[in-house]
Parts: sequence; C-alpha cells; structure tokens
Amino acid sequence: MPPVSTTSSTGSAWPYPVRYDRETEAEFDVLVVGGGVAGCHAAINAARDGARVAVLDKGAVIRSGSGGAGVDHWHGAVGNPCCDITPEEFARVVDTYPYGITNEYGNGITCYIMARESYETLLDLESMGARIRDTGDEFAGSEFRDEGTKLLFAYDYTGRHTLRVFGWEFKPALHRELKRLGVTIFDRVMATSLLSEGGERGARVVGATAVNVRTGEFYVFRAKATVLATAQPLRLWVFSTELQGFAAIHDDPNCAGDGCAMAWDAGGELALMEKSGPHPGGFRYTAYGSGNSHNTWYACNVVDATGKEIPWVDRDGRLLTSHAERHRPAPGQKYFLYGGRLAYEFRGPSLAPDLPERIARGEFTLPLYADLPGMAEDERRAIFGLMLAQEGKCRIPVYDVYSQAGFDPDKDLLQAPVMAPDAYGPRPWWAGQSARQWRESAFLVDGGGVHFDWDLRTSLEGLYAAGVQLAGGADHSASACTGRYAGRKAAEYARTARAPSVARAQIDKEKTRVYAPVNRSEGMGWKELQAGLCRVMQDYCGEYRSENTLRLGLEWLDGIRRGELAGACARNPHELMRTLECGVRLTVGETMMHASLARRASSEALGFKRIDYPEMDPPEWDKLLTVRRDGPAVRTRDLPWDYWRQAPYAGSSAENYAAHSGRGDGAGRVAGSAARTGAEG
Amino acid sequence: MADAHLVNNPLTPNRAIQFDADLCTQCNACVEVCRCDVLAPSPGPGEPPVLVYPDECWFCGCCVAHCPSPGAIRMEHPLCQQVGWKRKETGEQFRLGMADPPPAYVRPPVGGWGPPSKGR
Repeated sequence: MPPVSTTSSTGSAWPYPVRYDRETEAEFDVLVVGGGVAGCHAAINAARDGARVAVLDKGAVIRSGSGGAGVDHWHGAVGNPCCDITPEEFARVVDTYPYGITNEYGNGITCYIMARESYETLLDLESMGARIRDTGDEFAGSEFRDEGTKLLFAYDYTGRHTLRVFGWEFKPALHRELKRLGVTIFDRVMATSLLSEGGERGARVVGATAVNVRTGEFYVFRAKATVLATAQPLRLWVFSTELQGFAAIHDDPNCAGDGCAMAWDAGGELALMEKSGPHPGGFRYTAYGSGNSHNTWYACNVVDATGKEIPWVDRDGRLLTSHAERHRPAPGQKYFLYGGRLAYEFRGPSLAPDLPERIARGEFTLPLYADLPGMAEDERRAIFGLMLAQEGKCRIPVYDVYSQAGFDPDKDLLQAPVMAPDAYGPRPWWAGQSARQWRESAFLVDGGGVHFDWDLRTSLEGLYAAGVQLAGGADHSASACTGRYAGRKAAEYARTARAPSVARAQIDKEKTRVYAPVNRSEGMGWKELQAGLCRVMQDYCGEYRSENTLRLGLEWLDGIRRGELAGACARNPHELMRTLECGVRLTVGETMMHASLARRASSEALGFKRIDYPEMDPPEWDKLLTVRRDGPAVRTRDLPWDYWRQAPYAGSSAENYAAHSGRGDGAGRVAGSAARTGAEG
Repeated sequence: MADAHLVNNPLTPNRAIQFDADLCTQCNACVEVCRCDVLAPSPGPGEPPVLVYPDECWFCGCCVAHCPSPGAIRMEHPLCQQVGWKRKETGEQFRLGMADPPPAYVRPPVGGWGPPSKGR
C-alpha cells in the first residue's frame, strides 16, 4: 500500500485517545528510567531485592534500547569455566587507555564490574530462558566450542573471554522476567524531568515526571531511588530523517540523551561531555550488511576482485598462513582483545595494516569481497548463521532480507563498499565510509555521561545510573552488568531512605513546559528545529573548537531555546515527544560546549581539538573534568582520571568492589564518595 | 489516458516496511513492538497498520520478526542501501532488489527462527 501523506497539515484522526489533561501519580521504591538492556537488569535486580519497581521506556521494553534487537558476542566473560583470566588481569586494559576510557569496557569501575559479573549475568539470562550455549550441537567438534559446557567462543579461542551468544533472545527473556517479578512496565512513556526534594536543584532526586507518547497523559512518579538508564546522546550533528536513507548507520532517533539533560537540569555532574567526536557516521551502509572482516564478521576471508586473498598478520606484522591463527594470541601473548585503539599488549590479528597503500599501488583490485565460501563450514556458519542472526539490526535486515534475495553464504562473495584506499585501514569498515564532518556514530560507546562513584551513584543523592548513561560508556555486556549493580544499590538505598516528597510547584512548572507545543496551533516543527540545532553543533562545536566559537554557539542555542523552541508546535503526542527531544538535544549541546570550554587543551585521546590551545595532551591537563549547573552558573571540577582508585577509595578495584558491590564480605566499607571530592573551579 | 494529481513530494525513504494486506491479520504486533512508533494501528478490518513515519524507522526489523503471519510484513532497504554480491564459481553479479533474483537461500539461522516474538 502507498505511504500515507505526511505533509498534509490536517491529516486523519489520531489513532489513540488524547489525554493531555490527565495526570497519574504513582509511588515506587525504585524508578528505572529507560528500559533497555541496563534498565531491565536494574529493575530485575532491584525487584529481587524486595523493592517495588517501575521501569519507563519511550519504546516498548520487549525490544527497546540499543541492544534490544540482539547481540552476537558477550565481552568480559572471564568468569566462565573455560577461561583462566582473572578479573584483575582483565580490567588492566583500562590502564592502557589514555584517561582510562576504553572503547567497549567503560572506565575502571565499569570494566571491573563487568569482569566480575559478566559470566554470572549470562547465567542469569540463561535462567530466564535465553540460550547462551550451543545446545543444538550445531558446532560439535569446532575449535571455538567447549565440549563440556557447549559454550562458543568469539575472537580469541585461547583466551576464551568473549562468548558467542544467542542475544536475539535476551530482551524478550528480560521482559518475561520483569513481568514474572511484578515490575510495573510503562511502555511508550518518556521521562521529561527529575523531581528534586523540595523542588531544589541539587537536592536528593525523588522521582520523575513523564508523558505518554501515544496519549499525551502526564505522570508523576515518586520514588525513593531513581536509576537513569537512558541512551547516550546521539544524532546531535546530523539528524535529518530524510538523510537516513543515505545512512543506514543512523542512530535510533529516540537516543537524544534524555538522561544527561535531566541529570543536568537537576544539578547533577556530567563528565567527558567534551569527548563528542569525531566518529564515523552518515552515508554508510547497513551494519554488517556489506563485505568486511570486523566484529560480527571477524575473521572472515577477504579477497580482491581477482580472487586474491588479503593477508592477515599478527600484532608484529608476522604473516598468518592459516585461518586458525587469526583466532590465537601471538607467540608469548596470553590473550588478545578485540576492539579499537588497543595497546600492543592486548592487540590481536588483523588484515594487513598496509592494505591502503597496496590498493593504491594496484596490488589489490577493488572491489573487495567477504569470501565466506572460502572458509571452513563451521567458521562460515558461525559468522553468517549464528552471529549475523543474533546481532542487533542484523537478524531480519541482513540474514533474512539477504537470504530471501538469494544471497547464499556457501556460494557468494559479499561485496565490500567501494571506498578511497585509505578507508581500508586498520579502523573497522564494516559499514563503509563516512563524510568527515558527519560525526554521528551508531554504537558509540565511550562518550560522555553522568559522573558516578563505586555505588554507581551520581553526584545527586537518590540518583543511580547504568549502561551508556555512565560517563565513558559501556557495551552490551557492561550495560547488563552495571544495570544489575545499579539495581542492587538503588534497592539498598531505598530500604532506609525516607519517603519521597515532591514539590507541586516543580511539577506544575514542568507541565507548562511539556504541553506548550501542543497548546499552540502554529510554530516551528521538530524537524526544522533538529536540523537547526545540528547546524549550530556542526559550526560551533565541530571538529575544531575555540573559546570564541563555543561562546557564540552557546548564544545560538540560548536564542533558539528562547525563540524557536519556546514557540514550537506539535500536533500529536508523537510529535510532542520529538519536540521535547529537541529541548533535550539543545541542553546536551550546551553541556558539550560548557565542557569544551572547560578543557583548555587539545587531546588526541579525547578526539578533542582546541584551535586556541593546539598543544596535544599537555601533562597538566591529564585529568577528568566534570560540569554541573548551579543556578545560572556552570561549575567545573577537576578529578584524577583514575578517581576510582584514589582517596577515599582503596587502591585496588577488588577492595572497592568488595566494599561497595553488595556482594563482597562487606568488610572495610569506605565512607564518602570520590565523586564528591576534588577541587571545584 | 493516465490521470494527473497535485500532490506533495513523499518523504524519503518511504518504503521501509511493506505490508501484504491479504496476509495481515490486523493483530498490530508490529505496531506494539516498534521502538520508534512509526506505525499506526490497523484502521479497520482488512486494512494493515499504516506506516505513518517511515523516515523515523531504525531498520531494526523487529516488526517483521514479531509478525505471526509469515510474509504479511517485510522490510526493504532504501535503494541507496542495497548491496551487491558475486557468485564465486561463475562470477555472476547479483544485488538486493534486482528484478530477477536468484532462488532464496532457505537455511534457517543457528537455533532456528523460533516462534514470532522469539524468532522471525
């Protein structure tokens, strides 16, 4: 059937009852904002600890969130019986990254929690009915399978710290468990603000306001503890929905950064907001839908147009002559990790890093192809039949659509995108090439977020955080693990916390703000607003930043907030959600500009360039910065980047975990919080 | 003679999801699972859900996976997202969306498709 006209200004009747005038109040011990991977694990663990729990999501919890559509591999599962890496050994990877911010494993706290709880979290998912093993024995006898446990390993078959999993089943399993435990699920409900005790910014967080994105109904949630588990801010430099046809790697439009904006408005501290690019995005192809040998496709044979195989090498450039060697550590190396920017110690095999030059001088002929037929049956099946069918946005968009179109992994070479030679460098090119100024990235996992301590508590009492909400981010496994941890900590706090008391004046002010766009019949629509905000970010918070341009950018954003955004118009609850997200992205843009102004030095590690401070990573700026709102002022604070092992914390993660996780012996509990120490500037 | 109409330009992309009205049972499972709420529920008997916001589609395919009626809904990559492949033995070129496609590859994924809401 043809698409309906969406350009008509009148349109048909809204298909849901419209209830802008209805307000529902409810009270819970723990309120979880965001029902993705982290939020579900948080809600489940808080409920298991006896808390009355609710979880809110703009989408539908059964499939919402960045990991909702599946996951193919599970990081940091060092607790599995086939792995002899200790959590301490694994978490050392953080020390090899500048600023302790890894690509996939979070910071020192996130990474250690993952190393301790990753495999246990998988067993938990298995108890909920999700598969984590090759119970069908499809891979019996394969090099990457353990015959005793039937676990399947990814990447490093010696280290065995990463598992191939049936992650398509994870989110529905979590959803069933939430229902079984009696967690109240609010699908299609967007949180709009955090409620502060007495309505005072910076005070204890006692719940949230929210709006239903189908009916427009308003909610007031009082909660003893709140867990923020929303997505990281994305699509801030390029939003245009029409351009997404040119960029299948566009991000979920829901990922506005709601949690960051709400925490900021409530007076919470944000960290690493200046680490906001550049990342490849835009103009690319369907994720894992073209020929490559990265991540889900690791370590696929790649051939050129004449059938010549692209060589693989180890970390020392030694030519690997068998496929098996692509899954083994180098001589003398205990294990390797898979991910970007790894230190030599953890670096694994790769396609020849000089491939760009060899293409440029004609040694290899474009296009390149993924050569699945040239692989052993079990390796081919593990990539196309297992991982592609389990990874998010791949089961239907790639496995199903490609299969129905006649792509046969046993016979066909899947073409890689045709790109400039330098694009075939060490950086994974599983989705093709992007334009430089298009900074957005899907699966950007290491950007800014809320600052947090060893309790996964934010700088605000009563407010916890998990997953990519945490500054420094987390991948799927780390999101699940930090979700569990934050759920336990929130429930623990709620057990002794006083009743949440909300301020009516704060609620009324928020209602006026929320409904303004539906209470007028004329004004700018959300799409033009998004495009305008993105232009401000491109121009004033782009690849190169400076005092002048950042200050001008803040003026632009302020002008849009007081002008076009204040006069915006929404014609239904869905448009209201998108319009509210404009406010979120505007706020997040401001926090990025404030954080960028605070860091008066360029940094290679943060991908951060100040034209007025061109020196890269001067030693006096080797520190973490936080920003927070204090009335009209913005306060910044310096912290050691490894604040997690500085006073008042113990020097080792094992001690801090034992003291804070609620799982240790409880001895030596350290009072206070490093998130509340340090020099304020 | 063909007709002519004055109409606004459609959004691009706008064919992210295609329904087969004969197979759709109007259960609205696709509407309920969509994270971006791009679909409006079936307006009435015999009418599939309506793709209201095609340009907000994330192309995750969950609507297809949760559909209990095989073939009632399918997702389609925009033309500029369609990729090609080559048969190794023969050198024949194929692509997504081609007019005369090769026979479908019918092997289910490891562990099978599973029931709707669990598999395809």
